[in-house]
Parts: sequence; C-alpha cells; structure tokens
Amino acid sequence: MKSKNSPLGKKVFPVLLSLALVGFLGSAREASAQAKLKVGILHIGSIADAGYNQAHAEGVQVMKKNLPEVEVIEVENVPEGADAERVMENMIKQGAKLIIPASFGYLEPALRVAKKYPEVKFVHPGGYRLAPNLGTYWASTPEAFYLMGIAAGKTTKTNKMGYVVALPISFFLANINAFQIGAQSVNPRAETRVVFTGTFLDPGKEATAANALLDQGVDVVGVIVDSPITVVQTAEKRGAYSIGYHFLGVQKFAPKGWISGIAFTWGELYTRFAKQVMDGTWKSEALLGNLGGDFLTIAPFGPAVPAEAVKMIQEKKPDLINGKLHPFQGPLKDNKGAERVKAGEVWPMTNLGKMDWLVQGVIGQAR
Amino acid sequence: MIESFFAGLIVGSIHSGTPLLYATLGEAVEERAGIVNLGLEGVMLIGAVSAFITTVQTGSAFWGVMAAAAAGALFNLLFGFLVISRRANQLACGLAMMFFGVGLSALLGAPYIGSRIVGLNEIRLPFLSDLPLVGSVVFHYDILVYLAVPVALLTWGALFFTRWGLSLRAVGENPLAAFAAGKNPHRIQYQALIIAGILGGIAGAHLSIGLAKTWAEWMTAGRGFIAVALVIFSKWHPLRAILGALLFGGAIALQLQMQARGLPVSPFLLDMLPYLLSIGVLAVWGGSRRQAAPGSLGRVFQGTE
Repeated sequence: MKSKNSPLGKKVFPVLLSLALVGFLGSAREASAQAKLKVGILHIGSIADAGYNQAHAEGVQVMKKNLPEVEVIEVENVPEGADAERVMENMIKQGAKLIIPASFGYLEPALRVAKKYPEVKFVHPGGYRLAPNLGTYWASTPEAFYLMGIAAGKTTKTNKMGYVVALPISFFLANINAFQIGAQSVNPRAETRVVFTGTFLDPGKEATAANALLDQGVDVVGVIVDSPITVVQTAEKRGAYSIGYHFLGVQKFAPKGWISGIAFTWGELYTRFAKQVMDGTWKSEALLGNLGGDFLTIAPFGPAVPAEAVKMIQEKKPDLINGKLHPFQGPLKDNKGAERVKAGEVWPMTNLGKMDWLVQGVIGQAR
Repeated sequence: MIESFFAGLIVGSIHSGTPLLYATLGEAVEERAGIVNLGLEGVMLIGAVSAFITTVQTGSAFWGVMAAAAAGALFNLLFGFLVISRRANQLACGLAMMFFGVGLSALLGAPYIGSRIVGLNEIRLPFLSDLPLVGSVVFHYDILVYLAVPVALLTWGALFFTRWGLSLRAVGENPLAAFAAGKNPHRIQYQALIIAGILGGIAGAHLSIGLAKTWAEWMTAGRGFIAVALVIFSKWHPLRAILGALLFGGAIALQLQMQARGLPVSPFLLDMLPYLLSIGVLAVWGGSRRQAAPGSLGRVFQGTE
C-alpha cells in the first residue's frame, strides 16, 4: 500500500515537475482511434523501478497481451494532486473509458474526476473509498509476509533479520509483525530489526539503512519501499540474504542471497476489469485478494532456502488461504510487553488499519 | 556490539557526509565569488545520472566520475551564462536550473533505471585496514571518500593561499574594486562556476555509483539544499565544511544506526535529528561571530559602464 507521502519534491513543486515530465513522457504514448477500449494508467514513479510501479506496468502489459483490442495510455511520474486530475481528464478526452490511478495518493483526485465523468470507470489500488464509478482493489499481504518469515527463519544463521521500511504506517507494521510471527513459528530465537527511512524513495538513505542493519549482525534483509533494488543489492554485496517486494523480477539483483519475495501480479485482474467495462458488467466494489487469487504471488525461492522450509510453506499456504491458520493468532504481546491479542482470539484482518504496535521479537519503534 | 555500533556510525557518517562535502565545497567556491547557486540540487542530479549512464555504457566507474564532473561543469556554465552574461537574477535562475536538472536527469535516466553496475570499488588501505577493532570496518571506502578531505584542503589552499583565490574572494566582496585592480570579475566567476559544477557533479556521482549503485529520479532527495545550508553553517570556509558535512552525515547515520540497534526512540523524532542538530548548532554559533558572508553575494556585477 502506498502512502500519501511522496519524495520531497513531488509534494513541493508539483506543477513544474509535471510540465517537465508529464507532458514530455505522456505525449509519446497516445493511443490511436480504432481501439475497442482505451485504458489510462497513471504511475507515481518510473515503470522500470523493479518495484511498486513496474508491478502495475507489467500488469498492463499482460492485459494488452490478453486483449489486443485494448489500447493503453500510460503516463509515468505523475505527481499526486491537481496534476493527476489534469492527466486523468486528458486521458478521458482522448477516449479512455477505464482509468487506473495507480498510487494511493491519487484517491482524492480520482474521486473528483470520477464525479465529473460518471460514464468513465475508475479502479484504484489500496483505497478505502468507493464511488458509483470508482472501485478499489488490493491484496492482503500479512499472510505472504508470514510465509516469508518461515523461509527467512529457516535460512538465517545469526537468527537476526532486518527490514528497511519507508514509514511506520499500520499496514507496514502488520507486515513486519506477520513476518516475525512466521519466523518465530519455526525459529524461536529469530528476531527482526526494523529501520524506517521516512520516505518511499531515497536510495542513499536506503543503502545506509541496510548497512546499519548488517552492522548489527543481521543476515536477512527485507524491504518495503517503492524500489527494492538498492537494499537488495546492498545485502547481496555484503553476503547477506534478501527478500523482495512489489515486483516479481527482483531476484536478478541478488542471485546468490535471494530467499524469495512477495509480488503483485496485476495482469489477470486488469484483464478482467477491461473485459467487464467492455461488456458492461463492471460494478463498483472493494476487492481484497489473497494468496489464493492470481494477483498476489510468492516469488521463486533462491538456492539458500532449505528444502524443508519450502515444503512447510507449501503446506501452510492453503491453511492461510482458507483461514485455518491466521497470522495474528493470540496470545500476542507487543514488543513493550503489553498483551494485544488474547489467547484463542485473532486480530481481525479487517482491522489492520488500527495495528499501531510491533509484536514481541521485533526490535524497533512503532511510533 | 558496542564497537559495531560506533564503527557503523563512523562508516555511515562518512558515507552520508561525502556527497554533502563535495557539494558544499563547490557551493562555497561559487559563493566566495559572489554567486548563490540554488540549482545545486540539479547539478548533483545531472552528475548522478551522467555517472550512472556512463558506468552502465562503459563498465568503468572512472569514466562515470569523469562524465559527472564534465556534465556538472557544463550545467553550471549554462547557469553562468544566465547570471553572469545575461545578468539575470541568481535566485530565480538557480531554482529554474534545479527544476531543469530534475526533469532532464529523469528523462536521461529513465531507460537506465534498474540497470546493474559494479560502481566504485572499495579500496582497502594497506596498513590502516589491518588495525585491530575499527580498522577492518572503518578503512574500506571508495576512492571518492578518500579524496574528499584532500579536496577540501586543496580548495582551502586555493582560496586562501593563492593569488587566484585572493582575486576570487575580492570579486565576491567587491567586484568593482577587483575590476579596478585589473581583474576580470566575469572570467573569475565563470571559473568558480566550473569548479563548483565539477564538485557538484562528483557529489552526485558518489550517490549514484558509490553509495547506492542505483539511479532513481530525484535521488538526491534535498541534499543539494542541505549543502547550500551547510555553506552558511560552515561560514564559507572549506575546512569547517568538512565538520559540517560529517556532522550532518553523522546525524543521518546516527538515526538509522539507533533504529537498527533498537534504541527506544520514536522514528519520527529520529527523522528530525539532522535538522534539530542544525538548529541547535546555529543557535549556539549563530550571532556569536561576525558574519562571514561575501560582501557582494547574490549581487550582479554590472560592469563599469
């Protein structure tokens, strides 16, 4: 999930940036006139970031392959705010009937444009609001992080794992908690250190953060920022293991130390959206996928992961999907010692937005 | 574990401080010649992207650094044309150049995002790296780190112990007087801008092919502006710039190290640390000494007509 916080400048100087980038990059990708459906997609960053944006962009590529009659208008580096509105309206003027504003922070602009153009459909990732012509979609990630925890807990030699995370927002805290709980289920001595960088994109700081974790003896490093490249590469260079996020193709940046990764594979979902809009069956709804669906995927495991762990993950995955196994099964204490979930109870997945604590075994501060 | 904390802190401070130091030195030279360059962020980005592209294309980090220096100098020459030859407002031009740098670097770098490079290699020093305890951790950096302090000394020497440095400072204090003494203020200012461009470009190169070994849009994330502030902080003096860059780099490294170590301090508070530190130091230092700003900083030399 993407926060409203974007790198310094995107917030401060949106207008000039859009003049410099949007106009230039956007003009090259205009669609022609005979398409059966035109789909417009806006990206907050570059579609080659091996991360958040590339995952969405690959989804669109798969949709185009599945449905050759669909044309796509794709614009990168669109600042959140008034610029996003202008880009969306421009797409609609070019004939787009389905808009994918692919960043959390596009929600408000998308709602405003959606109100103005009721005949155009919008699908927004990770949002919490619906409109008659705006639906929302995301996938529940803690189950996947739980499985990553099992893989990491079985692979680590120092029993110390670390995560470089953009911001301490509840959905990210839930992911870290699930990771630690999964690791602890197979390795009682496992601990997870977490470092927040305060921004979604600052490779210099991400490298320094990863090094700080490695200095503390951490030998598995995971990452929740827009582009996992820097952190994963830094871990690989220092001989540590790494866990990817967002995009399926992160492995090439750390072939030796690769454990696995959690990736969003939006292609089939985007294909369904496009078909529904074409045959008029699309309706506004809040879709929340899980590991059983086709848009949240566990990346292939690397050579360092023991076969036993892979087998265990394959066994537990169906249990997590059908609810027999819950990542946040009580009793759970936070890392300050306070009881958060009673024995026999679970922290409901519908309540992730209120998770403002880190579980026992995580070394870090939630606030 | 305590040693690893301090060793990590030292390494982190030096890594985070190095690009700041190069950028600060460049800006100090410009400002000593009377020119404020708010476009430093853009210069660094142009340097970062040129270094990355060249390293991808040639496989050589050396040519990457050279390209960054050349691109930074060229970029600053354009700024110089505006503020020296066209006598445009320095602050407005600086901001425009910053946005231009952000956009241009994003455009040039887009096809290279996600490319893999080896980047600058770490060099182990024969004796120092074998020192017990800290040696193995502290003394393996890339060449730009080792050169940073010598470059600062060189800048100091050039500014304060050469005739050229005297002329440059005279132009910054009072261009008319320098002109009367037979100097060409415009030529000296162009020279200062070229040097600053080289240093700013190298600062960006260290970020993209030294520290992160990645290119991402706007990856400087405000470091150019921090460097402009560090010039004031160091009172336009290259040696104090070393201290300022280390202190600020140290604050960034400290907050990350403290989190990794699990100290019970809020990440939000730690994120403010570098800025709190700056405010603190400025409050203590602030008015206690005479202002060291060059007398004609930001003013346009109109010539003698």
